[in-house]
Amino acid sequence: MSDFTDAFWNGYIAVLTLLGVIGCGVLLYSQSMVRRQSGATTTGHVWDEDLTELNTPMPRWWMWLFYITIVFALAYLGLYPGLGEFAGKLGWKSTTQYQEELAKADASYNPQFERYLAQDMKAVAANPQAHAIGERLFLTYCAQCHGSDARGNKGFPNLTDRDWLYGGTPDAIKETIMHGRHGVMPPMAAALGSDKDVENVAHYVMSLSGATSDPIKVVMGKNKFSACMACHGPEGRGNQAIGAPNLTDKIWLYGGSAETIMETIRKGRDNTMPAWGEFLGEAKVHVLAAYVWSLSNKPSAPTTEMTASLAAPAK
Amino acid sequence: MNARLDEPRVIRMYAAREEIYPREIGGRYSRLRWLCLWLTQLVFYGAAWLHWNGRQAVLFDLLTRKFYIFGLVLWPQDFIYLAALLIICACGLFMVTAVAGRVWCGFSCPQTVYTEVFLWIERKIEGTRSARMRLDRQGPSFNKYARKTAKHLAWGAVALWTGFTFVGYFTPIRTLMAESLHLNFGPWEWFWVLFYGFATYGNAGWMREQVCKYMCPYARFQSSMFDRDTLIISYDAARGEPRGPLSREGAGGCIDCSMCVQVCPMGIDIRNGLQYECIGCTACIDACDGVMEKIGQQRGLIRYSTDRALAEHLTPTGIRQHVLRPRVRIYGAVLMLIIGGVASALWLRTPLKLDVIRDRGALGREVDGGMIENVYRLQIMNTTERTHTYRIGVSGLPSLAQDGAATVTLGPTETAAHAIRLRAAAQAGKPGANKIRITLQALDEPALAVSEPAVFFVPR
Repeated sequence: MSDFTDAFWNGYIAVLTLLGVIGCGVLLYSQSMVRRQSGATTTGHVWDEDLTELNTPMPRWWMWLFYITIVFALAYLGLYPGLGEFAGKLGWKSTTQYQEELAKADASYNPQFERYLAQDMKAVAANPQAHAIGERLFLTYCAQCHGSDARGNKGFPNLTDRDWLYGGTPDAIKETIMHGRHGVMPPMAAALGSDKDVENVAHYVMSLSGATSDPIKVVMGKNKFSACMACHGPEGRGNQAIGAPNLTDKIWLYGGSAETIMETIRKGRDNTMPAWGEFLGEAKVHVLAAYVWSLSNKPSAPTTEMTASLAAPAK
Repeated sequence: MNARLDEPRVIRMYAAREEIYPREIGGRYSRLRWLCLWLTQLVFYGAAWLHWNGRQAVLFDLLTRKFYIFGLVLWPQDFIYLAALLIICACGLFMVTAVAGRVWCGFSCPQTVYTEVFLWIERKIEGTRSARMRLDRQGPSFNKYARKTAKHLAWGAVALWTGFTFVGYFTPIRTLMAESLHLNFGPWEWFWVLFYGFATYGNAGWMREQVCKYMCPYARFQSSMFDRDTLIISYDAARGEPRGPLSREGAGGCIDCSMCVQVCPMGIDIRNGLQYECIGCTACIDACDGVMEKIGQQRGLIRYSTDRALAEHLTPTGIRQHVLRPRVRIYGAVLMLIIGGVASALWLRTPLKLDVIRDRGALGREVDGGMIENVYRLQIMNTTERTHTYRIGVSGLPSLAQDGAATVTLGPTETAAHAIRLRAAAQAGKPGANKIRITLQALDEPALAVSEPAVFFVPR
């Protein structure tokens, strides 16, 4: 990829750079001595008509240091990019260096995670050290959406309850983190009919989890609920295969009030959990999934209560 | 100067350095300088070996970013103390220089100290000033090369030991010692041992006075602290001139023996007055005093004195009356102020740090019972070397309470991120941000407590 709009600028930069370096050398040589018509010990510079400067010569090695910088500059320009588009004999690139450093870091840190990859996730969850690693990973990569305490927020699932959109087994959690999830609920207003129908279905949905609802609207909404059954099932218990939420519990991703449910029905919902597999690698995801699983399950080895386990690594 | 006019002539702005062979000298100031040398170097070479609470007493652990100075453990957050230390050093330098000239240069500067050590080695191997000059002038010989080799080996040994000690302040020195037996240093340890060693060898062996003359910034700006009442190494021209042999009629006190020039490590003639090269090492005072004693004259033809004292013929008491002039008072006041501030800051320093980071993803969530819940991450740093359990306290809103464990335990010098949930009734605060405080207090040491402001958000 060229950084220049025109090949001219490439040459222009290169010539300017070289002229600058060589110019420094010429300047240094020409100024290291003066020819004068007298035997005086002054530098020959005269200011304000008669002010002259006594020549107290700098040590010669000092001058050589300057010449060395010129040699260094020329060698550098030969080896590294710097002269226009010339890539340098070493072919060095910042991106290559970054990749190399990344690979080096991976090589030194990955064994720590790969140790756990061979283990069952429930065993990993019970390991206090892995738990501490998982917690740090969670705070770094997951807490932005799911919260530092993993209890989520509107649109971001709570990970500490036993309710799961896509399944709460260690493997399902790992799958979710590795490949991400994309949950879509289409706008249903048209399929249901009028605004009244939407309200009725909302009240029926509320009744499923025992929330206060208008009995008449519930009955009327129940008939219309057939449009929702394809995903949420005949009893509204949801379907983890496609991430359709269970509507019969008191857990709401967006909110359980009549208005919010109506808004969900009318406009639909579209929600994405990004895939972390490529960025983190399977070994880290393995540890992370075990940690997330442990938030709502007691690993076999004794760990402290959930809230305390969020604290310092269990000793 | 017999160069004829009108004949073009080349004047070079750079010239080869002329070797200086300082003559060895004893005397009271020389003894004082060696005392300073011993004191500073005992601290430098020795302190690395001291132990404190089962660890190295003075250790700057760059990898874990913890800086141990005896009982004190400083973290990167405490770098303000380093800035304060540098300010104290600077003000101290200003004040000392205003009062007594370049005593730092002459008595404590590592450049002077190591040059002194290297000169001592040189003298032991190559002999006195005249012997060294003879040796350098003579052609190649076994004697010459043997002595030169021995000198450089000895210099190299001192330099390597210096580099090793320096690195010993950053890597535990006993581990380093064990590693050195098998030459098993890490790459950076190798680099710094060799680099610092090479710098010592080059600066004290080869560069010497050039470091002060051409490289040192202090050397140049210290003269701006001088005034007419600053103690400087002074040649009493009124007493000394016209210089000449004792026997000559009407001669001054200076017998022109040139001892003061021969002992000068900077290669200057102090009788030309104050020069920027003069590092105030006092070698010429010792030399002149020795000569004056031998010829039965009073000491002090070259002495510590001030411009004013020389011009107005002040007695030492007169000089002392001019010490406390405004600039010295100001430097002193600033110095005391900063030292007092730093000392009290260190004394009151709480070895526990807390950062409250509110979860930014959520403003506040509604939970059962009409309560509002906010989530915070507490970044806690236990900067002590013991395990502590801290109680988490919250205040600032009625009904504000924490949901979850009320204590958190941190191991020695541990940093932990601890998530907490705070709950308050929705009507307890105004909609929007409410100011609250989160406190940590050690259960075993109530004085060990910190308090940080935070914001509790109530949705509208």
